This record gives sequence, structure tokens and C-alpha cells, in this order.
Amino acid sequence: MTTLYYTEDHEWLAVNGETATVGITDYAQKQLGDIVFVEVPEEGKTLAKGDEAAVIESVKAASEVYAPASGTVTEGNEALADAPGTVNDDPMGDGWFFKMTLEDTGELDDLMDQEAYDAFVAGLE
Amino acid sequence: MAESPSAETPLRTVPLDALHRELGARMVPFAGYAMPVQYPAGVLAEHTHTRAKAGLFDVSHMGQVRLTGADPAAALERLVPGAIRALKPGRQRYTLFTNDAGGILDDLMVANAGDHLFAVLNAARKEADVDHLRTHLPEVEVTVLEDHALLALQGPAAAGVLAALAPEVADMRFMDARAVELMGAPCFVTRSGYTGEDGYEISVPAEAAERLARTLLEHEDVAPAGLGARDSLRLEAGLCLYGSDITESTSPIEADLAWTIGKTRREAGDFPGARTILEQLRGGPPSRRVGLRPEGRAPARAGTEVIDADGTAVGMVTSGGYGPTVGGPVAMGYVPPWLAKPGTRVALRVRGKDLPAQVVALPFTPPRQFRG
Repeated sequence: MTTLYYTEDHEWLAVNGETATVGITDYAQKQLGDIVFVEVPEEGKTLAKGDEAAVIESVKAASEVYAPASGTVTEGNEALADAPGTVNDDPMGDGWFFKMTLEDTGELDDLMDQEAYDAFVAGLE
Repeated sequence: MAESPSAETPLRTVPLDALHRELGARMVPFAGYAMPVQYPAGVLAEHTHTRAKAGLFDVSHMGQVRLTGADPAAALERLVPGAIRALKPGRQRYTLFTNDAGGILDDLMVANAGDHLFAVLNAARKEADVDHLRTHLPEVEVTVLEDHALLALQGPAAAGVLAALAPEVADMRFMDARAVELMGAPCFVTRSGYTGEDGYEISVPAEAAERLARTLLEHEDVAPAGLGARDSLRLEAGLCLYGSDITESTSPIEADLAWTIGKTRREAGDFPGARTILEQLRGGPPSRRVGLRPEGRAPARAGTEVIDADGTAVGMVTSGGYGPTVGGPVAMGYVPPWLAKPGTRVALRVRGKDLPAQVVALPFTPPRQFRG
């Protein structure tokens, strides 16, 4: 079973056991505008929660994607290098950034569930 | 002085503010105004639409001034290196306010409107420019057109669209300027812009601006375009942004704008900073503005260091981003003269990594202004 978690930096984690897929939310891609460059982490990279994990550039500016939890990268979405716009078109699907093995699933307790994230975004608009 | 407003200062609004909001624009603070940075289509779509058909930009935050007096052209030449006296009625010219050190105080467009000069100034500099004009040219009357909007209709479809409202604009060539009645409103139209495309800038009375904008937008070839697309279009066109690519510490020669200095002005050397500027014209400038094309996909933004073959930081990117028409990252910046030749390989230090790039000739996209 997959559970969705969210961060206040507008990242999502789809967690299944000890593995997680990480991306940015629809709200984030809308705020960024047209995405023109994405750099994802390589397989095997270890990340501590809060580390800079990926780079994302829109027509406006560069921003970082931070590791929402600690762990080891098992795959970066290489398809984004040639098609960064996928993040705009399908942020919760094909626009995922990387997959990782979580070091401590207890870190997920600090994150928001769907309902909490929806309320968080509603508060920003 | 052009000061940035504090958080408490309410933003000024342009005459088309309500229309922008109705069109779904994202409004952002820019030079003290609430301005549309993009519409729902987004910067990429607005950029490509402008190159393919026509984009309508609201640039009403820019300063519009009328210079009148006995000989405003002769007076203005005391502040700029451009040949303004040689500017014929109905013609427009790009020029620069320079300071005594040879730096650039602002860039501006000046048109000879027959009985007066019409100038367009950068939004962030307009108050300083007007002070500058009034202080140094006491014999010239400087009238700021606060009650006028400025619209830019840019792209290959612009001429057909505007000629449907006023056939005479079709006969204008690049940098022509004339009074034109549009939908009953007295407008001043120039065939120029900031995109590298054919197109017009239209000075229109504020009360007539919305009706004109709506009529232009009704045309199937015209889409609204915001400041975001304006910036990527001008970058691909190799045009300078004041405050980034040209400042008080860059000279016209360093900025590769020697072409704006009239031949008679060079001979006379009678403009602010002439000593430094003419010396650089003869002996070469200490640095030069060039185009930079990163070889990878990562954009290099303003402030990125330019690195030479020895790994030394020798220059700086002053504008950079993604060029939608080029289909990759584009930038411009300053490098030492020995690295300014197109084809020279340099590196750009992005997030601590030295990424390969090439010095290239500007513009990045072929100029398509209408030269008749």
C-alpha cells in the first residue's frame, strides 16, 4: 500500500514500506512556471533529511529540491533531462524526481498527509 | 534617486490593471508598479506566440516624456552621445545618458515628433532621468505623460493587425515614428520594440487604452504577453537590460554599444564621459559584453562567474536564462577583450561546477525588424 506525505516545501513522497518516490506538488509547479531544467541525484547517493537533492530551474529562477527524509537514492528520473516540462504536465506522476530507500520511517511523522497539505495550501492562497 | 519602495508603499497601477486581472495575469511588483509577469498561457507559450504571431505587452510603467523648447535636440546632445540633431522628423533612435566617468545612467528611445522630442525611459530610472533632464537642460520643458499608457504589439503578425486599425502604419519602417489616430484616440506610434521582432510601441491616452487593448486582443493572432516573456525575448535578441547588462559602471564601448555614438559626436567629443569613452573606442575597453551559450542544458543566471582556461574567474554573466526559441540556455555577460571573440571556449561556474560554454555573437535569434 502506498501512502502520500507532503512537506512545507511542496514536495510529495509516495511511501511503500521503506521505499519512497519523491516529487514536487502541483502547487509547486504552478508557482515555478514553465520548468526548463531538472538535475536529479544519482543512484547510490546518500541524503540526510534537508540536504539539497535536486535542482529545478523554471523560466524565472533556479530552486532546490531538498531531501524530505534521510536515505539512499535508488533511481533518479533521467527522463526529465530531456523533458523537464513533464514536471509541469504531470507533477504527481511521470514528473517524479527520484526514488529512495528510507533510513528511518519515523521521520515521516513530521510530514503532512493529504488533508493537512490541502489545508496548508488553502492557507497560502 | 530611484529608490525601491518599502513594503508599506502601495504599488502604482497601470491603466490596464483591471484587464490584466480579468485575463488571469500573475501581477508582481516591478519598479514600484503592479505589472503582469505572465498570463495563464505561461512565459514559454507567450514567448513562442510572439515570435510566431504577435504578443501584446503592457509597458505603461515606462517613462514617457515630451521635450519641448527652442532646440531640444541640441540640448539633449549635452547629455547623450547619440546624434539627436541629425534625427529627422518621424525617426526614432536608441541612445544613452552617460555620466562624466563614461558610465551609463540609462538607455532610452528618442523620437523626433516634429515640434518636440518624445522619449521613452526605463521605469526604475524615469524619476532620476527627469531630474537629470530638468537640472542640466533648464531651457527645455520636460513634460511627463502620466496620463498615457504604452502598449507594445510585437511579432510578425503585428503589422497586419495594427494596419487594420490604421492603414498608414504598414508604410512605416523600423524606427519610424508618427502620430496615428487609433479608434478615435490620438496615439504616437513607433515601429520598434524590445523583442527583435517587427512590431510597434503605441503611446495611447490612458482612457482609450483598454478599448484599444481589447480590440487588439480580439484578433486571433494576438495574445497577451507579460514581463517574463519580454525578458526572454529581449535576451535572445541580444538587447540590454538597464541595471543588469548596462549600469553606471559600464561604458558604451564595454557594452558593445559604440554604434550608438554618432560620427559627428565622436569627432566633437562633446558628451558626458567623452574622454573615457573615446579613449576606449581607440585603445579598446577593459572588458566587453558578449553572448554566452552554455553547451549543456543548465541555465546560467545573472551573477554567474565566467571562468577562463586556467580556472580563473575573469568575467560575469549579467543576464541569463532559458531561450525558448533557441531551445536551450542563453546568456550575456562581460569578459576580458582577449576572450571576446566568438567561438572562444569558457566555463560558467553554476552551483560550484564549471560548465562549458562558448562566446557567441549576438543576437541569438535572427533580427526580424521591418527595414522596408
